[in-house]
Amino acid sequence: MSARDLFTFSNPHFTRGVGITAAILIVTAIVGFIVLPFAQPWVQFANVWDAICSAAGVPQRAPVVAAPGHEKRLSEVVLTSNTLARPSQEAIGRGATLAQRCAICHGPTGISRADSPNLAGQYAAVIYKELHDFRSGARTNAVMSPFAVNLTDQEIADLSLYYAYLPRLPAYHPTPQLPKPNIVIYGAPMRGIAPCGSCHGSLDNKTGSPWLEGQSEAYMKAQLQAFASGERRNDISQQMRNIARAMTPQEIEQAAAYYASQPPDVVKAVD
Amino acid sequence: MLVNRKLILAHFWLAFAVFGIALTLGAWQMFIRSPIGTWLSNPELYYRSLTAHGTVMGYVFPTLVAMGFGYAISESALEQRLVGVRWAWTGFWLIVIGSVMAVIPVALGRASVLYTFYPPLIGNVFYYLGVVLVVVGSWIWVALMSINLRVWRKAHPGAPVPLAMFANVAGAYLWAWTAVGAALELLLQIIPVAAGLKATIDAGLARVFFSWTLHAIVYFWLMPTYIAYYTIVPRAIGGRVYSDSMARISFILFLVVAMPIGMHHTFADPMVGAGFKFIHSAFTALVALPTLLTVFTICASVEIAARLRGGRGMFGWIRALPWDNPMMLALAFSFVMLGFGGAGGLINMSYQLDASIHNTQWITGHFHLIFGGAIVIMYFAIAYDLWPHLTGRELIDLRLIRTQLWLWFIGMIVTTFPWHWVGILGMPRRMAYFDFGDPAIAPQALSVTFSAIGGFILLASGILFLVILARGMRAPQAEAGPYRFALAVHQPATVPIALNTHALWVALMIALTLTNYGYPILTLAMTEGTSVPAVYVGAQ
Repeated sequence: MSARDLFTFSNPHFTRGVGITAAILIVTAIVGFIVLPFAQPWVQFANVWDAICSAAGVPQRAPVVAAPGHEKRLSEVVLTSNTLARPSQEAIGRGATLAQRCAICHGPTGISRADSPNLAGQYAAVIYKELHDFRSGARTNAVMSPFAVNLTDQEIADLSLYYAYLPRLPAYHPTPQLPKPNIVIYGAPMRGIAPCGSCHGSLDNKTGSPWLEGQSEAYMKAQLQAFASGERRNDISQQMRNIARAMTPQEIEQAAAYYASQPPDVVKAVD
Repeated sequence: MLVNRKLILAHFWLAFAVFGIALTLGAWQMFIRSPIGTWLSNPELYYRSLTAHGTVMGYVFPTLVAMGFGYAISESALEQRLVGVRWAWTGFWLIVIGSVMAVIPVALGRASVLYTFYPPLIGNVFYYLGVVLVVVGSWIWVALMSINLRVWRKAHPGAPVPLAMFANVAGAYLWAWTAVGAALELLLQIIPVAAGLKATIDAGLARVFFSWTLHAIVYFWLMPTYIAYYTIVPRAIGGRVYSDSMARISFILFLVVAMPIGMHHTFADPMVGAGFKFIHSAFTALVALPTLLTVFTICASVEIAARLRGGRGMFGWIRALPWDNPMMLALAFSFVMLGFGGAGGLINMSYQLDASIHNTQWITGHFHLIFGGAIVIMYFAIAYDLWPHLTGRELIDLRLIRTQLWLWFIGMIVTTFPWHWVGILGMPRRMAYFDFGDPAIAPQALSVTFSAIGGFILLASGILFLVILARGMRAPQAEAGPYRFALAVHQPATVPIALNTHALWVALMIALTLTNYGYPILTLAMTEGTSVPAVYVGAQ
């Protein structure tokens, strides 16, 4: 007995084994690549080869059609967990100088007294993304857009690194800490809402999501409403729009009030 | 002739010890997301536990059982000392080191990616390296099984390979080839990203690679169970195997058609063409064939035993079976669970029917019933059968063994039937938390509660199993005699070369992998712009 006796057409097991396997493969291939594609009345194929390519999943360029006119620009920022991962002292210093012009709203120490976001200690990737979006027009704001429109890539990176470098100070207007509402810790699974804390800290943090503790209640409420109405649309893959649309007005108020009442992480650690 | 008993016992004990831990985690998971548990408020802990449960139950536990049983088969069926004992211990220790290496990042919450990896989710690199070590350890076993058979063939030219060893080596070859898919995914795609050498990953390609492993691995888990059906059960209940050739054909069919079918796991994914999905669906239907052959052959073999014991009539012989024999009980339970699980599997493999249960709790119910039920209950039976031969001590308390098997069977039915049911109702899988106060899923609360209770019955059975084996180590010494496998009604004197060697079938397995996977993998690998940024677990 040797391989030569096995792999020969005079061996009936070989002939039958290979023959039956090949026959099944050919029949299923004909059904899968030719019969079934044509059995779909809602799809039109030019010829058999077209059907085969479609069933095989040959990558096809989408036909060139005029892009629909964008009334609003989309965000083009790409974030990874390595974005701005290694800050240099020089970049932070340049950012500090640039930040002088932001202080009027965001506060000289990055803590706002004007219901603008507190930026001190915010993640660099978050500020980086929002500045890029303000500059490109993916996010618009009467006050913010003119500031962002002339920033260079370098300036945006420097500003982001500077604010991320600042210590997280307690907000200027803390209210007594509220108990955690359900929307923050459980979300609402039946409406497809993940817990706020699963991206914005307290449970887990995802790249591009800001931490929210101590931010202005009015600001957060306004942003959730803007996401819900579609007025703000620079969130990645519509994540926030999908969530905000499914939230009740009461949940929006609860979430905004809860986060506004919380001290930032560092303060928590000192407690 | 079991010489290296310590080696085999080490594999079994490690397998059952990690099984005990993972079973406890599983019962906790059932409880914590059921209405009777209070929610933790931290889904990360749930996914951490789920990753550990899946990694142990999917990779470590069945692999160790297959290896330990494989060594036992090699020594006793071939009546030849194991060649390469030192290598076998190396494989064992690689699995120990790999398991520890994988479990530490999981326990620290740095690798909550589930055992199916789910790129672009990326965990700590040591988790993946640990899994690779486990696989490498098992490949040593594959090589040793092949070498031992080769040594035996040299000494017995032309003689029929004993059925148990023929099947065992078929299982080893199946594992060697099916593990290649996940190995390619880990080595070419995930580990470079986890190690920080790359920041993007082609998640679609990774899923195709994983489907290469994910379905055939089930048949690798199944092999020890089928070997026990054919070569242990008939002997243990005083019967004979109805047909040696039918058994060989079943194992050969598993080798050929278990592999090129994995894409039925990607029916809902966009990156594979519908034509390939259809081919995989059709081949998945074929894999029912060896199981049906096996059910027929084993029922016939069992009937032989019953008639030898004086059973009469069309169905009257069933009463004459030795129902107090744990092996008989385990076989019956296993078949019942295989029947229900297999019927569910036919739904999963159908392109259209799958759409209604895709990503629901039905799927988790299905693979727990098949693997945890039909397969694992025979692992218990194998351990009970081998234990006296490995320890030189008798397992005396048959009543306790029967209780354990009954509990496992009842527990598995109580766990998985409601699990299937809520899946049909649309309850999604892989969710850490359900709000049963919501009117939309409040009616499912009762089913999920039953399921969780089933989980505790399973835990009780698992503990009992470990207690029985531990007590078996201390029982009075008794010589169990040589370990033997069942004989066929017509014990073969010669076997055609195709049914006595694996080469032809391994060649067909590889050829079908190329035809069914080659084009999708090549196009995905060569198409630009299909990678997405990795999402690192726990990264800010």
